[in-house]
Amino acid sequence: MGKTLAEKIFASHLVEMPFDDTWVLKLDRVFCHEITTPIAIADLQERGMDRVFDPKKIKAVIDHVSPAKDSKTAEQGKALRLWARRHGIADFFDIGSNGVCHALFPEKGFVRPGCALVMGDSHTCTHGAFGAFAAGVGTTDLEIAILKGVCAFKKPKTLKIELTGSLPAGVYAKDVALAVTSALGMGGGTDYVLEYSGPVVDSLSMEGRMTLCNMAVEAGGTSGVCMPDATTVEYLWPFIGPGGEALFFTRDEALTEYSQWTSDKDAEYDSVITIDCSSLEPLVTYGYSPDKVQPVRTLGEVKVDQVYIGSCTNGRIEDLRAAAAVLKPEVRKGRKVHSDLRAILAPATTEVYTKALEEGIIDTFIKAGFCVSTPTCGACLGMSNGVLASGEVCASTTNRNFSGRMGKGGMIHLMSPATAAATALEGRICAARLGGES
Amino acid sequence: MKQLGGKVLFLDKDDINTDEIIPAKYLNEDSKKALAPFCLEDLVAPGFDRARDLPGKGAIVSRANFGCGSSREHAPWALEANGIRIVIAESFARIFRRNMYNCGMLAAELPFDFIAELFRRFSGQVTELRVDLDSMVLRFESKESGALEAPLSLGGFELAMLRSGGWLDFAAARY
Ligand code: SF4
Repeated sequence: MGKTLAEKIFASHLVEMPFDDTWVLKLDRVFCHEITTPIAIADLQERGMDRVFDPKKIKAVIDHVSPAKDSKTAEQGKALRLWARRHGIADFFDIGSNGVCHALFPEKGFVRPGCALVMGDSHTCTHGAFGAFAAGVGTTDLEIAILKGVCAFKKPKTLKIELTGSLPAGVYAKDVALAVTSALGMGGGTDYVLEYSGPVVDSLSMEGRMTLCNMAVEAGGTSGVCMPDATTVEYLWPFIGPGGEALFFTRDEALTEYSQWTSDKDAEYDSVITIDCSSLEPLVTYGYSPDKVQPVRTLGEVKVDQVYIGSCTNGRIEDLRAAAAVLKPEVRKGRKVHSDLRAILAPATTEVYTKALEEGIIDTFIKAGFCVSTPTCGACLGMSNGVLASGEVCASTTNRNFSGRMGKGGMIHLMSPATAAATALEGRICAARLGGES
Repeated sequence: MKQLGGKVLFLDKDDINTDEIIPAKYLNEDSKKALAPFCLEDLVAPGFDRARDLPGKGAIVSRANFGCGSSREHAPWALEANGIRIVIAESFARIFRRNMYNCGMLAAELPFDFIAELFRRFSGQVTELRVDLDSMVLRFESKESGALEAPLSLGGFELAMLRSGGWLDFAAARY
C-alpha cells in the first residue's frame, strides 16, 4: 500500500517511538520569532541549558511587533537578538531585512520538500505548501526543538482536499481557504494533515499555495501540504540551482528528486473531501470564527472603519498586486479610499515592499489614501499598527477573526486582498467588480 | 499515584480559543504568574461571570475544540496561574492539548453525551472533580446532584507526562 506525503516524512525523520503513537521526529529546521521564543530562551537559561542543537538549522526573526512599540516588546526583541548573536545564528532578521515569519522564511529559500520543521506559532502550517511537514508548537516543544532538534507528534492522519474545476475571475486562494475552513468547521481538521490537491492547486503559484496552507490550522489541521511540482522547483531555483547551493544543475533533476515527496497514487487517506472551485465566488467571514463564511454578495450592508491588507496569509507580492489592480483604475480617476475609513497596507516582507515599490504598487496604495506600514504582523494580532477600538469593524486579509483579536470589542471580516481593496473604496464590504474596477 | 482535582468551572461554549484564554496583548508578560489576572478576560460564554466564577477553581469542563487558535503555551500557564490544572472537554485543538501535557497538566476528552449530562446536572452548582489515576476514573460530585463517574482513557505519553510533570525534563535527558 502506498504512503501519503506526511507518512513518508514521518517515516524518514523518525528518531524513536518512546510511547505508543508518539513519534519523535528529527527536525530539519526550527523557526523562531520574538513573541514565543524569548520565554523559551529564558526557561532554558534558568535550567542551565542555554544551548542550540544546530545554529545553521535555526532561523529567527523579529516580526510580530517591529519596530518595538513599548518597553516590554523591546525587551522581547532584545532577548531574541542577543540569543541569536550568542549562538551564532546567522539567519537572523531584524528591522531593515525582516518580514512576517511565514512569508519571510520561504522567501529566503529555507523551506524544501521533505522537510520537517516546527515553530512556536500556529500558522507554521503555511510552510507545508512546499511539500514539507510544518507544525506549530508551544513553548515546551520549542525549547526541546531548539535544544535537541526533535519534536514529538502523534502519527498524522491525512485528510485529502480535492480542489476541482478552476477559479473563476475575481476568486483567489484566500476564497478557497475560506471555503475549505467553512467546509471542515473549526475542529474538523484536528490531528489531520490537510493535503490540498487537484487542478486548482496545480494552477496556484507558491504564494497562493501558502495562503491555502496558512489557514489549515483554522480548521485545526496540524500542517497543510501541497505536492512539490515544477512551480515549487521554479520558486526554489535561485536557492537550489547553480546560482545558489548548486544542489541541482537542471530543474528536471530537482523535480525528479523532489517527486519522492509526493503522496503515492495508492496512498490511503483517512478522509477525503472535494470542493468544486468553479462555482466559488468572493467570500467573507461574519461573526467570530473563521468557519462562518458566506458569499460577499449575500452579506448585506456592512460598513467598515478600517481596512487591513497584510499578514502571513495575504501580504505577499501577488496579494498586493491583486489589491492594487482594483485600486489603480479608481486612483487614476482621482478617487481615494472612502472618507469614513482608514486603510493600512503592511507588506509582509522587506522584499515584498521593495518589489511593490519597483512595480509602482506602493504609489497606487498611497495615492489611494492607504498608510503603508513597515513589514510586521502588526494589527493582525492586535498588538500594534492598527488596533481597533470597541465597536469598530475591520475588513482584513488576515486569517483569524476571533473576538478581541484586533482589539477589544472589534469585529474582523476576513476576505481576499481584492475584496479588501474594493471595500476600502466603497466604505462597505463588497467584492471587486470584474475587470479590476470596483 | 497523586490525586488531581478541584472545583469545576463550567464553560458552556464550543471553540474557546487561546485568545479568549489569554489575549495576545499579554504575551509580553515575563512570568507565568503575571498572566493570572488576565485569564479568560475576553471570554463571553453563557452564564459566565469571570469575577464570580473563576476564583477557587481547579478544573474546567467545556464543549468541543477547546483551546483552538494560537499556539501560545501562555494559555495553560494562565489557567495554572489561577489554580486550574485540568480541562475536560468533548475535544481539544492539537497544540493546546499537547501544551497541557507538556506542562504535566490534564486535558481529557469525554463523549458529547457525557459532557451534556455534566452540564445538565452540575452547572451552577458547587461541583468537585476528583481524578484517580490509579483506577483511571473521573468523579464529579455536588451536594445537590450526587456523584457521576466516567472512565479516563489516556495514552502512554499522556500518563508519562502526568507522572513526570512534563516533557522538558524527559526529552532533555533522553535526546
Ligand atoms: S501575521 Fe498574524 S497570523 Fe501571521 S504570524 Fe503574524 S500574528 Fe500570526
